[in-house]
This record gives sequence, structure tokens and C-alpha cells, in this order.
Amino acid sequence: MLDQEEISAEDDSKIVDESRRNLFKLAAAGSVASLIALKQNEALGVEVLQPPIVYPPSPPVMAWVESIPEYVYRPKEPLVGELNPPPQALANRATGNTELDECGRDPIQRFGEFYPVGSDNHDTYELHVSEQLHVFNPAYPAQNIWGYDGVYPGPTFHAHYGRPVITRLFNELPAPNEHIGYGSPEISMHLHNLHTPSESDGFPGDFFSNFKAGPTLAGPGRYKDHCYPNVYAGYDKSRETDPNAIGDPREALGTLWYHDHTLQTTGSNCVKGLVGAYLMFDELDSGDENDISTQALRLPSGDYDVPLLFNDMRFDANKKQFYDQFSPEGVLGDMVVVNGKIKPFFKVARRKYRLRLINGGPTRYYEFYLVHKGVAKPFIHIANDGNLFEYPLMNRTKLRLAMSERGDIIVDFKAFPLGSEVYLVNRLRQDDTRKPKDIRTPGDQVLKFIVDREPSEPDNSRVLTATTFMRALPPIDLTEVVARRTWEFARKNGVWTVNDKIFEVNSVRANPKKGTAEIWKLINGGGGWEHPVHIHFEEGRILKRNGVAPPAHERGRKDTFNLGPDETVEIFIRFRDFTGKYAMHCHNLAHEDHEMMIRFDIKD
Amino acid sequence: MITRRQMLSGIGTVAAASVAISVLGVKPLAARNTGYTSKTHGADYFTNVVLTNHHGEQLRFYDDLIENKFVVINMMYAQCSEGICPISTYNMRQVQKALGNRVGRDIHMYSITLLPDFDTPQVLKKYAADNKVGPGWQFLTGKFSDIEIVRRKLGFYDLDPKVDADRTQHAGVVRIGNDAYDNWMMASALGSHESILQTIHHADRSLIYT
Repeated sequence: MLDQEEISAEDDSKIVDESRRNLFKLAAAGSVASLIALKQNEALGVEVLQPPIVYPPSPPVMAWVESIPEYVYRPKEPLVGELNPPPQALANRATGNTELDECGRDPIQRFGEFYPVGSDNHDTYELHVSEQLHVFNPAYPAQNIWGYDGVYPGPTFHAHYGRPVITRLFNELPAPNEHIGYGSPEISMHLHNLHTPSESDGFPGDFFSNFKAGPTLAGPGRYKDHCYPNVYAGYDKSRETDPNAIGDPREALGTLWYHDHTLQTTGSNCVKGLVGAYLMFDELDSGDENDISTQALRLPSGDYDVPLLFNDMRFDANKKQFYDQFSPEGVLGDMVVVNGKIKPFFKVARRKYRLRLINGGPTRYYEFYLVHKGVAKPFIHIANDGNLFEYPLMNRTKLRLAMSERGDIIVDFKAFPLGSEVYLVNRLRQDDTRKPKDIRTPGDQVLKFIVDREPSEPDNSRVLTATTFMRALPPIDLTEVVARRTWEFARKNGVWTVNDKIFEVNSVRANPKKGTAEIWKLINGGGGWEHPVHIHFEEGRILKRNGVAPPAHERGRKDTFNLGPDETVEIFIRFRDFTGKYAMHCHNLAHEDHEMMIRFDIKD
Repeated sequence: MITRRQMLSGIGTVAAASVAISVLGVKPLAARNTGYTSKTHGADYFTNVVLTNHHGEQLRFYDDLIENKFVVINMMYAQCSEGICPISTYNMRQVQKALGNRVGRDIHMYSITLLPDFDTPQVLKKYAADNKVGPGWQFLTGKFSDIEIVRRKLGFYDLDPKVDADRTQHAGVVRIGNDAYDNWMMASALGSHESILQTIHHADRSLIYT
């Protein structure tokens, strides 16, 4: 039992809001206003209240004529040479010219410690965000997307624990007065869900261009340096006993993705293309199937380790991407875009592959099946939200992903004869942005694997079994818990709320203390929506889903907790090593953009 | 150069406007042939239903109120006393104060009634006076069916018909639009007025903040 005091994040305000609501109900009951409004509707004799918006379906596409692009499974190369000007702890605003300077970000925490001057202990990258032409499908014309390095999806990063990364993010999108339509040409990049100091975490208010700065930045600029220490959570504690330690390896992350997080325009900026994969490796998950180390898991690597990033999109009669800026609940895409392509193929060898499925949203849930000749074939589920399980989940036939959830699976295409066509199929139907509906076969084929060759080299990747130990789970120590908080996700007066309040970038809703743990109870406040709730910074552990232990695939570490209608999830979460502002929000991007978010600040 | 802090406090707004003209005050580029950078919300979308402001002037919705304007729009009704309108109107008033004399010149504020049969121009005029509303902020009424069209076009509705029919649960949001760039954003009317101002600044393509 926990003996600490129950802390409700906003006890006082709740009382006030409750009494106000009661008053409001009384007033409303006798209000002429609502009665009159209804009478007017009747008098008009028309159905003023229309059914939910139905958008016309996207025009037909050509299936299986284009491959997924190679660059998605070939990592981006680090910069050769130095960034110029060199990165520094304080934002570089030397020239006073926003066309040259860095935006006015907060100082980088522990800069000297992780990126010592003159040291080559880290990799550096430049990432240039620009508008370019893109072809989603040969049936559609080339059209503008916004891409990291000008491509959608952005380049894939391979990073290693113990080797920090500095990424210089350049905003080269059109100037504000050159851009028409949805999306706002300012960016704030979030690396979901790296253990990142807050100034590099892509807080929503930290959006920038050389024309504009978000409300939590000191000024605009041309670029922003993001520093990723690539240490495991628990870094400080591990250093107490070992000066060379880099945290708790049980906290390793594997499949991460980066995406735009600009305040109120995350949905539109992400569907314009600002998404990409970032993969983390260490001694255990070393990214080398031929690794001679006995520690190494030897999971399929190189061209056999493939991120699959899914986005739901819709296209208008002109075959151009469509996004409704006025919809109260966002736009559900009817086209599933896989690594930038609609209904692409992927030629595979008869061997094992590691597929890293990432639901990049904005609003569609998936339940994927691997289907050959109408039959759902088994695969091995090894990681949830990018984190390896203790033991593989064998003989799985389905993988369900809410927005921003990830699932790593091992598929052995040796099970199929040469020439086989195997489909990745989404059988989860969904009619609106509120929630998925039901499972229906045959479902929507989103990607075709063509087994077109024998492997040119032996497949040395490990044969996983139910007893292959992968990665230990860190213990859940309830004595570390110093606070409990309750967060209810609901809708009120046209926006989505958390504990009855909207998101305000400068309003801090919780102050977890660095080095402590808390229990957060996440409640779906009803109304018929599902809410995939994402908490930045550290992975949590589900203690209870609706009062009972979670299913097997949710027993590992997670950063996204889907709340079905009327569901409650209780999680254990730690706050270690860094301080500053972070966000928790619904990852249905229409909900996030319309205020279903809170800021929490980790304090020393 | 005007700072954001000065901007927020309403100081130096004339200077701010001149920055707009000198630095970014060019006309938007013509819609490009490629991509989705063309404007998709014009008179066809918004319609030109005729609304009447609190001075009794008749105005076409798109041509007179939206086209090439930067607009800040909410919905309310004058009788609303315990509900969300008082908070909403208070916040709009704070926004108007903060924006100073830009309001009515390059930022246009509109409050559209949800109950046009009650909220005649005279009623709205009194409401505006009672709330010390300054120039550049217009209260609009019209035919109920026209108001419903406008409400839907602006996205001020709920997909749940029951919620949508209940005026006490009406959308407590502010639509912030920049027609020239076909950019439409939304802020809650019920939080702090600073968050509405932040969205206005974000949507405003004419100003640079240093």
C-alpha cells in the first residue's frame, strides 16, 4: 500500500469548476436560450443539425507499382567535419540577425559533460527542413510536402547508447508570406520518446523559423541545435557506483520516431510530411546480426531491419492532399501511406526481417495482419513502443497500434516459397476520428511483400523462441513513489481538455521532482472517443488497466497509453537525470492541437 | 523593431504595423501550380450570406468580412449570463486591448450571435457598450438559417447532435483566420487571453517578433 498523500494536480480548480458547472446547469435548465434555439430549428422545418462530416473518398490509386524507398532502411550518414558555427550550451545569437542565428532556446543541460569541446565522442548531423515535391502514388501528381531533408518520411537515424548526437535542425520552409493553406511553416521537433533534456525535446511552444518564435523561446532563428545524450534513464544513479556507466540498460529504447510538435499545428505539419524514424542500439540490440559478442541478440540488421511508418491521409478530387482546417475533430485519412507511398511493394529475400511498425497518425488505429493466400500468418512480436520485451511473444497473428504506438515484429519469409506475395493488411475498420470500429476481413491491404530471391548471404540472425531472454525489465519499486496524480481526458465547449482545462504553454500543471517516481492515473472522461495518451521523457509501466493487470504486450515499458471508452490506466513513471518542461498529450493530433495537453516541469 | 513583450502590452503597435509593411508586407505569392498551396476557402466555401452588425450595417460574410482580412471570430449570445459567453467576451476584450489600434485596421474582431432572433442589432449595440467594446470589433446578427451556415463553415459545431443543439455547450473557441494565406487556426476562448494572443501571433504572417 502506498502511504503518501494523494495529490490531485488541480484540486482547487476542480472544486471551483464543479460548482460553476452546477450553477451553469441550473441556469441552463430554465434558459430561454436553449429552448428558443430548439424551437427555431423546429420552426425552420429543416434538419439544421447535420450528421458527422463525410468527405468524399480519395481518388483511386495504382496498387503495387512502386517500392518503398531504400533510404528508409539505410541510415543517414553523420556529418563529416564540424558544424559551423560549433554547437554551444547557450543559444548562438552572436550576429543578432535571425537569418543567421540560432533561435532563442534554453541553455543545453550538461553540455560540457556530454559534448566536451574538441572531443569526437559524439556524432553530428544537419537536418534541413524544406518544401519539396513528392509522389505518394503514380496515380497522383507530384505535390508539395514538408520533409526533414526535404523527404517524406525523413531520413532514418541509427544511434548508439553511449554515443551522443547533436542534430542541427534548419528551418528552410517557405517564409510565412510565401505559404498558403494548412500547416504553419514553423517547426518544433520532438524525438519520441528519447530520454532528452527538455530544451531539445521539441516542446510545443518552442517552435521557430527565422521569422517567428514560439511563446517559450526567446526569439526566432534559422536553426536549433538538439542535443541527444543517448544515455539510458537512470544515468545519475548509475554514475554513483560506476564513473563510466551510462544509466540503466534495462531502460533502453529501440524504435523511436521524430516528428513536428508545433503548438496547435502538429496535425497539419505532420500530415505535410514531418515524420521520420530514429533507431537506438546498444550491446544487446547491437544492430548487427553477425555480432560475435555473446551478449548480442543478433536480431535481423542492415537491409533486413526496416522501419515502416504509417500515416493516414486523404486526397481531394484533384488528387492533392486534403486537410480540413475547420473540422472540429480532424480528418480521418482513407489512404494508408507506408514510408511515403500508398500501396507500395517491398521485395524481400527468403529470410528473417525485423519490421518496425510505427503508427505516425494523425487519427487512424490499425490492427495489422500478415496475410498469404487469405490466411493470417504468424510472426514474433518482440517490442512494444520500441522497447524489447523480456521474452518474445511467439506465434502472433495480429498487431494493434494506436497513434504513436510502435510494434517490432520478426517475420521469417523463409516460410514462403519464392515468388510469394504476402500482404500487410489492416483489418481494423474506422469510420471517424473518434475511435476504431471493428475487425473485418479481408481488410485493407497496405503493403505487398514480394518474396523474390534467396538471401545472398547466410541469415545469421538469431532464431527466437519463447525462452530467448531479450532484455530485463527494470523493477517497479513502489517505495520510490512520492505522488499520485489523476488526469481525466474529456471534451468541453468545442475543445478537448485534461482535468477540465485547456493547454496553456506557460501553465505548469505538475512539478515532478527529479529522481522520484509517481503514479499517474489516466482516465477517459467519456463521450465516445479513444485517447492514446503520450507522456514525454520516460517510459512508464502499466500497473493496472481498468483495475486489472494489462495484457502481455502491454507489460513492458511504454510511452503511449491508449484509453478506450471509459477506460482507466494506472501507470508507474520515473523522472530522472534532467529537468525542465515536458508535455503529456493525446496523440490523436486533432485532440492534441485543440488543447488536450498539459505541461509538466521536472524540478531539481 | 517591436518586441513581442511590447506587442503583448499594446505598446508601439503603430510601429509594429510599419514593420509589417516594410519587412513582410508583400502580397502573398500567387498559388503555385503544384501541391496544396493553393487557396481552397473563398466565397464558394464561406458564402456571402448577409449579416448585420451592431451599428445596423449590412455586410456580406466573405466579401466584406473575411476576404483578405486577418480575423478573430467567436460566437456568443447576449442573454448568456452564467455560461461561457461572459468569459469569452472578457477574453476578447483583453485581446482587443492588447492589440490596440491594430484592431479594425489589420486585425478584425467579430462576435456572431447564436440567437439572432433575440440579439437584434440594438441588443448587440447595448451588449457592446456594456462590455466597453472598442472600435474594430463588430457584433453580428442575421437570419437564423444564415447564422447556422456561418457557424458550420467556421467549425463552431459539435459532431454530437445533442451537444450541438444545446446552446449552453456551444463552442467556446475563437477562430483565428488569415484569409490571404488560407490559414485558419483555433484557440480556446475560455482559457487565458494570453493563449488567444499567442495563436494570433502565430497566425499573423505580417509581423516579426524579436
